[in-house]
Amino acid sequence: MSPAEAVTESVDLAAITVRELNQRLHQLEPGASSWRVTNPNGAHSIAVGLDSEAEVEIDGHVGYYCAGMNKLATVRVRGNCGPGVAENVMSGKVVVDGDASQAAGASGRGGLLVIRGSASARCGISLKGMDIVVHGSIGHAGAFMAQRGTVLVGGDAGEDLGDSIYEARLYVRGKVAGLGADCIEKEIGDEHRAELERLLSAGEAPFDPGEFRRYGSARRLYTFDVDNAGAY
Amino acid sequence: MGLVCGIAGLFSKSAPIEEQLGAHLSAMLSQLADRGPDSTGVALYRDPAPAGSCKVSLFSDEADPPWSELAGELSEEFGPGDGPQVRASHALFVVPAAAAAVQAWLRHRHPELRLMSIGERIEIYKEAGDPRDFVARFGLAGVSATHALGHTRMATESRVTTEHSHPFSTGLDLCLVHNGSLSNHNRLRAELAREGIEFQTDNDTEVAAGYLTWRLSQGDDLEQALRGCLDDLDGFYTFAVGTADGFAVLRDPIACKPAVMAESDDWVAMASEYRAIAVLPGADEAELWEPEPGRVYSWQHAMVS
Repeated sequence: MSPAEAVTESVDLAAITVRELNQRLHQLEPGASSWRVTNPNGAHSIAVGLDSEAEVEIDGHVGYYCAGMNKLATVRVRGNCGPGVAENVMSGKVVVDGDASQAAGASGRGGLLVIRGSASARCGISLKGMDIVVHGSIGHAGAFMAQRGTVLVGGDAGEDLGDSIYEARLYVRGKVAGLGADCIEKEIGDEHRAELERLLSAGEAPFDPGEFRRYGSARRLYTFDVDNAGAY
Repeated sequence: MGLVCGIAGLFSKSAPIEEQLGAHLSAMLSQLADRGPDSTGVALYRDPAPAGSCKVSLFSDEADPPWSELAGELSEEFGPGDGPQVRASHALFVVPAAAAAVQAWLRHRHPELRLMSIGERIEIYKEAGDPRDFVARFGLAGVSATHALGHTRMATESRVTTEHSHPFSTGLDLCLVHNGSLSNHNRLRAELAREGIEFQTDNDTEVAAGYLTWRLSQGDDLEQALRGCLDDLDGFYTFAVGTADGFAVLRDPIACKPAVMAESDDWVAMASEYRAIAVLPGADEAELWEPEPGRVYSWQHAMVS
């Protein structure tokens, strides 16, 4: 990294609007850059739609839809998130130091979401390929209709985990209040142990892979054809 | 999780917050303006009426209501009281009589006036319009209170009028604000009407308020009445209920509507979003959490009376 790239841009959201911040982030050329955002005060849509290798650190609590549609960038929230953090993420990494509200990581297609606290209802709803690592617990209807990707939960999962799930894989270390329709516990094979180790390492989650149980689709609710298994 | 309607509640734990509570609530509601630009309302709990008296908050849609004449009539009927304290289209009176007697007299003598609230401490003010205009028009920033609830409405289920605005009074010193929408309100309204509960509008939240009034009249405490909502109300809701000494919060079991709670050494707050809490002093240091679905949270002041 050249000295110029190592400079961190500071942006104070008490001084400029979220739209101005996001426009500056959208105009970045490909390559690394470093940003620090202060005074988020629960504002919506901070650092949405990034498409470069920027590293953005947000110092405080954010509102709805933070880091949505992310590509390539790393966004770290040093606080809690409102609903819909890291929705529709394509790639890159989003880290939340605190708790996340509903629908964290919804519809994510790739990349990694790490929540160091807990997430509430509908975490990973309609997941399409992203990895989600939650150090704490998740609320009800986690991974609802999740198609592809993984959700790892260091704590407990609420009611209706994995309801109507397709081929996403779920790992839970604590108690599961209840499984949703067509979601069952599954055996852990070598490939799953390897996946657990990969997720724990990527998500900086200090847990023993041997403590997790795996859940996934019983494949009775949707038309599963084994010939298409490779597609997931 | 749509951005429809905003609610805010603030409960003081210290004298400086109590003195400035109206200003703090104003800041909270202004943050929620884009969740609810259609109408705004608040329920303030403050200045208890002397024993044997009640506080009455009235609304008139006339341009220049004859509040002083009303004060004279009230004094003639019930003896000397206090008021009017006029705030925009509303006026507050303290009447040296039981609430039921005052309510009956008002209904008979002044059916053109709308009774917004009645009780020992409650004052409800509500009006069509944006919260930022509302707090200025009603002089909310200068008001002290022990606790208060507020609502910014984006109308989805019924018309935009003062009567359709929140909070809804649910009985003496009780009120309800609601974020969400109920789907079984028509049938429930008919059932409650048979039980003698009266409704002023076709609004869904008024039915929830009427439901709580009915449950409380059947001997439930507030927590029991709220738990009844989980069985009997169909729809989406985050409710905040104000009482003479505190407030309670309940989210529906599916938790479609957002809510954040926070507690510091000086206050307890609830709001639809954190940005409405961020404006409070010491919000950075406050304990912050999302209330669990289907669970009743409540705070009370130790009341001296």
